[in-house]
Amino acid sequence: MATTRILEGLGRFYIGLLLAFLYLPIIIMALMSFNVSPFYQLPFEWTTEWYASLWQNDQLIAATWNSVEIAVIATVICTVLGSAASLALYRHEFRGKKFLQALLFPPIAIPWLITGTAMLIFFFGVGIGRGLHAILLGHVALALPYVIVVVSARLQTFAPELEEAARSLGANQWQVTRRVTLPWIMPGVIAGGLFAFAVSFDQFVVSYFLATPGQTTLPVEIYAAIRKGFTPEINAVSTIIIVVSMALMLLTARFFKFGGEK
Amino acid sequence: MAGVQVSDVSRSFGAHKALDDVSIDFADGGFYALLGPSGSGKTTLLRQIAGFDFPDSGRITIGGESVERVPVEKRRIGMVFQNYALFPNMSVADNVAFGLSVRGEAKATISTEVQRALDLVQLGKLGVRRPNQLSGGQRQRVALARAIVTKPRVLLLDEPLGALDKALRVDMQIELKRIQREIGITTIFVTHDQEEALTMSDRIGILRDGRLVQEGPPEEIYDRPKSEFAATFLGDANIFRGDSTGNGIRLPDGTAIASGVGAKLAAGAKASCAVRPERIRIATDGGASDAANSNVLKGQVSKRIFAGNNSTYFVEREGQMLKVIVQNTGADRLAEGQEVVLRWSPDSTVLIAAG
Repeated sequence: MATTRILEGLGRFYIGLLLAFLYLPIIIMALMSFNVSPFYQLPFEWTTEWYASLWQNDQLIAATWNSVEIAVIATVICTVLGSAASLALYRHEFRGKKFLQALLFPPIAIPWLITGTAMLIFFFGVGIGRGLHAILLGHVALALPYVIVVVSARLQTFAPELEEAARSLGANQWQVTRRVTLPWIMPGVIAGGLFAFAVSFDQFVVSYFLATPGQTTLPVEIYAAIRKGFTPEINAVSTIIIVVSMALMLLTARFFKFGGEK
Repeated sequence: MAGVQVSDVSRSFGAHKALDDVSIDFADGGFYALLGPSGSGKTTLLRQIAGFDFPDSGRITIGGESVERVPVEKRRIGMVFQNYALFPNMSVADNVAFGLSVRGEAKATISTEVQRALDLVQLGKLGVRRPNQLSGGQRQRVALARAIVTKPRVLLLDEPLGALDKALRVDMQIELKRIQREIGITTIFVTHDQEEALTMSDRIGILRDGRLVQEGPPEEIYDRPKSEFAATFLGDANIFRGDSTGNGIRLPDGTAIASGVGAKLAAGAKASCAVRPERIRIATDGGASDAANSNVLKGQVSKRIFAGNNSTYFVEREGQMLKVIVQNTGADRLAEGQEVVLRWSPDSTVLIAAG
């Protein structure tokens, strides 16, 4: 009895430590975004000054909107293309399919620094150049394999007889996909979309290579701002983003039962 | 409704011949079982008829219309799958409605037809449930309702009762037969369960290694099998092998066995005789002569298995183990080790060409 209780206590302590390790820096940053002192000085004095001045920082706001726009568009493109590709890989047998599937993994493992350099050189070579469009293109290329891997994993749990049953009832290919297959893989599509959003929204290296001065994304802008001199506005914008993205994650987790069927 | 004709259909997967020149005529409104061990080609044949797969050669017609290159969604068939294949994201009613809905039927028509189909399978009140809230037998009924609600020309069943336990299986056999009679639909039923094939179907086709071994009504196949395989796969049979005498065979030890039914074979050819275990009389006395049961062999009881309404005796005779089934009439039971005499009629002895 006593040993179980000690073990249980140790377990709780360990989980507490883990959560502290994960969240403490974020919590401190969020707190400091409400502190009067721009230099993390204590005692803590409440203010919303940094949030107010954030609205005045046009550059930071523009960069935020760029990031959101690029991430949303990249997510939509990756989710549609990636899901379609996963379905094609699931349904059809063709020469070189295994090879093609194997080729999906290396881009995930190649360091972004190298991918970014390669993209910069390539985009210049073919005349795409730099700018927000180039960043979007780069993000789509980076995030697409994630969607395909996640949706394909979900498709592995799909019973092929369901498609056969639908066809035997007179459904054409589109009706089968829309009414039987898609509802089944939807949690995978949503998860893949979240991955794509995260890859794009978090992306620094590739964006940094492909951005032009004045037309950047949030991570690049934050990096540039910190180099010029730190301002608590960065804390403020980061806090907003954390709150929004955590709410988004919790909502999806709630609706799509990532923890499994209950 | 419509009959189905399969003519000279062959289908290979690489070097493996899954179907080898199979021809069967499925009569309109009949209940047909395709019986065979796994790998015999029965499911492949069903998938050719359904249109999931196309034959390499041969013809398939449904209601006289040539369909061998028509994809499944245009064939107007109904199919029930082994694992039911109910759509997990839809309610029972939506599952049944699916076929009507993809055809663009009016909402009112759909709900009337769905209710009628659910009533037919006695699930009238369960339309709002999800498939995962149903028992195996109920899922089976939903799958059946979904397959017949579109009024298909032919109903195809792929081992539909395989996943049910024994008691439920017998219930569903009766139920399936009742529904089939009620709507009069041509039904083709794949099974590896010989009892299911015998009790349910009007005709049985036995497949082996992609070939049709024998085809006919259950009684005919059971009483007059044309091969050792048909004799032993559909029911139990004692097989005697020897040389044909024209009206029976002579065993290697010289004993003659007379046959009144089966193949007509020239004397001297290699041949077999098949005798059903329940056709053989077993007795301890040596003298009682019986004109009708003129085939007589002596043996020794080596094992008895009591099964309530009957007993199975394994009788050893010249190194061969013979099986005899005796109804429980209350008469004295024979002990293991006892010397016995087996008698049976030539009319119960089917002559079969060797090979």
